[in-house]
Amino acid sequence: MPSSPNHVLEFPGGYTRSVGPVIGRFLSELRDGRLVGVRTAGGRVLVPPTEYDPDTGAAVTDEWVEVGPAGTVQSWSWVPNPRPDHPLDRPFAWALIKPDGADTALLHALDMGEFEAGAEPPRFLKTGLRVRPKWRAERGGGIGDIECFRPEVTMINAPTRLEYTLDPGRALSRFLESISQGRILGHRCPVCDSVIVPMKGMCSRDGVPTTEEVEVADTGTVTTFAVNNIPDPRAPEVPFVSAYILLDGADLTMLALVAGIPADQVRIGMRVKAAWRPREEWGPTMNNIRWFEPLDEPDVPFERIKDYV
Amino acid sequence: MNREIAVVAFVQTRHAADSGGLSEVEMLAPVITEIKERTGVHRFGFTCSGSCDYLEGKPFAFVTALDAVGAWPPISESHVEMDAAWALYEAYVRLLHGDVDTALVYGFGKSSQADVRKVMTAQLDPYYLAPLGPDQVSLAALQARAYLERAGAKEDDLRAVAARSRAAGRDNPYALHLEDPDGSQGYDVAPLRPYDIAPDTDGAAAIVLAAGDKARELCERPAWITGIDHRADAHGLGVRDLSRSESARIAGERAGAAGVEVAELHAQFSHEELILREALGLGDDVLVNPSGGALSANPIMAAGLIRIGEAAARVQDGTAAKALGHASSGPCLQQNLVCVLEGEPRG
Repeated sequence: MPSSPNHVLEFPGGYTRSVGPVIGRFLSELRDGRLVGVRTAGGRVLVPPTEYDPDTGAAVTDEWVEVGPAGTVQSWSWVPNPRPDHPLDRPFAWALIKPDGADTALLHALDMGEFEAGAEPPRFLKTGLRVRPKWRAERGGGIGDIECFRPEVTMINAPTRLEYTLDPGRALSRFLESISQGRILGHRCPVCDSVIVPMKGMCSRDGVPTTEEVEVADTGTVTTFAVNNIPDPRAPEVPFVSAYILLDGADLTMLALVAGIPADQVRIGMRVKAAWRPREEWGPTMNNIRWFEPLDEPDVPFERIKDYV
Repeated sequence: MNREIAVVAFVQTRHAADSGGLSEVEMLAPVITEIKERTGVHRFGFTCSGSCDYLEGKPFAFVTALDAVGAWPPISESHVEMDAAWALYEAYVRLLHGDVDTALVYGFGKSSQADVRKVMTAQLDPYYLAPLGPDQVSLAALQARAYLERAGAKEDDLRAVAARSRAAGRDNPYALHLEDPDGSQGYDVAPLRPYDIAPDTDGAAAIVLAAGDKARELCERPAWITGIDHRADAHGLGVRDLSRSESARIAGERAGAAGVEVAELHAQFSHEELILREALGLGDDVLVNPSGGALSANPIMAAGLIRIGEAAARVQDGTAAKALGHASSGPCLQQNLVCVLEGEPRG
């Protein structure tokens, strides 16, 4: 087709049609924001109504039935690239929708939300989907008084945010102060001799205060790990590995990310070293360590770490 | 009114996406000239055409096409604003009257001069459908979805139809020669991809019908019409089971489709072939669309007539004793015509 026509067929201002009592009633109700159908002699409810029963050709009764406005999708097609004549300018579905209480279906556009041009049909678009009309505020008595249909509400999104100013406590403050200088501190328990990293000022095993500071290395051993397939702000690339790491000189494991190695090659007993962020980015936070990376050392036999798993 | 009537000649253009600057009359005239030469008949008892004025946007555009026929002194002539398969139906009924022995039927159309999808939207119900602007591909895709879900078929089954049709079309000198479907193509309107949709095509075709001994005189092996019927489904898309074609089933039964060896189906979308096979009871032993069908060339308003012409050609060349030509009109296979042709007239 040529991009600019040299011939146009048009009724300027549109073509005027009389609609008769049946279609007229439907469109009048539509203008008032109601969806109605007409009952046939056989008892079926036709939406949109016709003057005749499509099965028998007999005239319909004059009984009108309010239906829907909710309905069920009977079939659908997905328009990835809407045409200029289409009712929506972003990807949408055409759907045959059977309003509750009706025996036939109505064709209309179904707005499934925001999509980029060319999008594939969304997975939640299915035959059987429950939908409702979106009415126009200004209605004139036409099928377009319903702007489109939309899926029924099945989920909400609740804003969730609370704000705090937490005191880390003296022991943890001391730990964070040292981490901001690139050192990892722990406390030795005077009873069990375990080195607790990060220190909390207490030995949770023996219930006694701890005060003796011990600096531990930023190297350690993986005692167990998990492969994660859901992206996280700290690890946007999936899969990523989170692991318990027993730092050299410590007796408690700490949870950290492991990177620099394919996820399927991480193993229990693997030796790792902290990958620190650039010094100018350091602060009083464990984020100073981006993750742990493999060390070129032999694995630690399971026997030596089994009590820490 | 029991008269033996046969297809005695069939001529079509070499179809193209664009007729290359020819007017409708210029496109049609060589077809009419050739079928006159082929049959040796230059004046017909009845002439009937099928076309759509909205494709040109000119009222009575079909009258202009009579220039290609030569209508002086005045001829007995009629027209349907439909695919020319329905013009053939009218000509068949006209021949049943018994006072004329020959009829010329032709159809023509150019998809290249307008946005056909928009033109087809204008034919929809003006109260409930047209104001929303659904195009024919969007509506066909609704039917495809309904069929896939009811039959448990997959999009790959649709692609297989397109692949077989295009391969056959590449062996047909009159069809467009289209590449094997590329499964990586995105959707036009899901679940339909571009290859599931008949190509926009310009073209024309003509058939000569003749009755009784006149048919035997004009053709060595006439393709006798032993059954022809057309039926329409309910107007509203939402009141019928889109996954089936009840009108095609009834038309097939009444035309006597059982036992055909070849079927030429006017399936303008790949899923339509699957729905029609089921409705017409065509088993795997039936050769469907050896011409490539409408998925290989869909000259608008002639493609249904061409299905009858191709089916008749299989009977005339002896490759089939019984064949079927099908035509469809309206959104989602709304109206269906089945014409059964045989090497021997019905006894």
